[in-house]
Amino acid sequence: MRVAVEDDQSKPEEAATAVTKLINQNHVVAMLGEVSSSRSLAAAPICQANNVPMISPSSTNPRVTQVGDYIFRVCFTDPFQAEVGARIAWEILKVKKVAILSDVRNDYSVGLQTFFRQHFKGFGGEIVAEQSYSEGDSDFRAQLTQIKSANPEAIYVPGYYTEVATIARQARELGISVPLIGGDGWDSPRLWEIGGEALNGCYFSNHYSVDDPSPAVQKFVSDYKKRYNQTPDALAALGYDAARILSDAMKRAGTTRGDKVRDALLGTKDFQGVTGTITINKERNAVKPAVVLKIENGKFNYMTTVKPTGT
Amino acid sequence: MKGFVLAIVFVAVLFLGNAFLTGGLVPGFSVSPYFLQVVSLAGINIILAVSLNLINGFTGQFSIGHAGFMAIGAYVSAYVTAAFGDRIRGAVGMLPPAFQNSVLLLIALGIAAACAAVAGFLVGVPSLRLRGDYLAIVTLGFGEIIRVFILNIDAVGGARGFSGIPRLANFAWIYLFAGATILVVSRIVRSSFGRTLVAIREDEIAAEAMGVNTTRAKVISFVVSSAMAGVAGGLFAHYLMYVHTNSFTFIKSFEIIIMIVIGGLGSITGSVLGAVLYIVLTEGLRQFAQYRMVLFSLLLIVIMIVRPQGILGHRELRSFFARRRRVEPVPPPVAG
Repeated sequence: MRVAVEDDQSKPEEAATAVTKLINQNHVVAMLGEVSSSRSLAAAPICQANNVPMISPSSTNPRVTQVGDYIFRVCFTDPFQAEVGARIAWEILKVKKVAILSDVRNDYSVGLQTFFRQHFKGFGGEIVAEQSYSEGDSDFRAQLTQIKSANPEAIYVPGYYTEVATIARQARELGISVPLIGGDGWDSPRLWEIGGEALNGCYFSNHYSVDDPSPAVQKFVSDYKKRYNQTPDALAALGYDAARILSDAMKRAGTTRGDKVRDALLGTKDFQGVTGTITINKERNAVKPAVVLKIENGKFNYMTTVKPTGT
Repeated sequence: MKGFVLAIVFVAVLFLGNAFLTGGLVPGFSVSPYFLQVVSLAGINIILAVSLNLINGFTGQFSIGHAGFMAIGAYVSAYVTAAFGDRIRGAVGMLPPAFQNSVLLLIALGIAAACAAVAGFLVGVPSLRLRGDYLAIVTLGFGEIIRVFILNIDAVGGARGFSGIPRLANFAWIYLFAGATILVVSRIVRSSFGRTLVAIREDEIAAEAMGVNTTRAKVISFVVSSAMAGVAGGLFAHYLMYVHTNSFTFIKSFEIIIMIVIGGLGSITGSVLGAVLYIVLTEGLRQFAQYRMVLFSLLLIVIMIVRPQGILGHRELRSFFARRRRVEPVPPPVAG
């Protein structure tokens, strides 16, 4: 198997050009990418039109795989991640009153907020306050004061680590001591660098944990360290799983023809990946577990694995 | 009459050329879709560069908000085809489907151009009364406001981007509008109104003393330029089938400025050359992978050191062919 790589400068129109080039000049038989949902949405129609299977490692927006029957993903979707967030609050923290602070400009954040509300209410919990901020804000005291007056037992903050870390600091300054809960947007060593002590006792859901005791994870982590001298992050693990699921499908299909590989991808069942046991459902989404991490003194400690219900 | 015949021939050549290139004319022959896409995106860049040159090169006003007007055009036209597409197709149901799509595209682009022109008018009227750098600051701010505004409208996808746009534009449509843009801008520049614009660029106070209504002239040129950027945005949306606000940041505005500066401010041929060169360089350097943008920046710096006035300076293509008849060149813009 040979890999052709193109850069898209994180621009949607460049993603469209790069994908067109890969398909027509390099004659690739399948596409691994893009990372973000917006660029995946730009690339997906082109892969679909050319019958080239595309597997996004980390685009969590539900609409990506709805583009067409050649578009797959190996990460979980926002609705599932929000369910995990709700279960952290309800089952691990055992709280009944939660506040939400989300990033109104970010679809990822708004999506998690919507589905969290739905699931948490479904469990019987109560959302006591909902506040929002905009990506790039640095002062969250007004929203946090409002939240404090509602007396929540936990706060769900489905944002990215830069804002989340500042939110945690300012919450502690205002005397809010309840734990914060978040999603995979928190996953960065910078989270602790900015937030520090304020994040102790907070929880977030993620794709995998380097501390997961399962042998598949431990082998991947040690191999990766040997090769790149770095600890692999969630994106590395997801990219690895995407490539392995693709090669597995090609082996089972016995050909690299687009439609055959697509059918084989659809047949992916209980695939042992680094990021969990992966089954591709008929909506071409990955049905797979999420891990729950607890932040303690700068370390993201592995707590438990949450398996998807139903489907 | 001669012009009319020429226009018909031009359109026929474009659409036949499109059919030829995509393999619809000669069985077994077609060019790579990648090549065609790069050439088509170059055409959109040509519309953007030539229209911005009307403001920055000929009128001497420094606008950094072109991507904002492009964004308006892209989103408005995409919304028109997504929300009213079936109704418009139904209204012209007696035509064959290909013509229905053409009507739909033309209506969408028309509305896009009108909306971008209105936005250009609203921004232009207050800010073009000012001199100096104020227009640059206002247009920069405006471009970002438009982007953030669109980001918060859920009907056009917000932060998800606008997906599911039908592919109505193609190589022929893009170059039809690129040709129209070049024609309109060169006609404006060679008209007495164009001379007024150049007079404003050279010395605004002197132009005013000669009885030129400078604000009016500047606003007209700004509105025309904005409308063309709106058309470019509409073509962009209907060619790529997906638009996201990340495509219309102020960096996009700067890219268009780079195109007209490397080509030569105040030269339409230069803008076309700059637009083509920009995409040829960014795509041609793909083989250097992660060093692509580093090399690209270096090349830009080299061009600016070797040719500070841009590749063509203020010269036009026809000035290279005119030997006997002296073609009066439009004077070069004064720096600062």
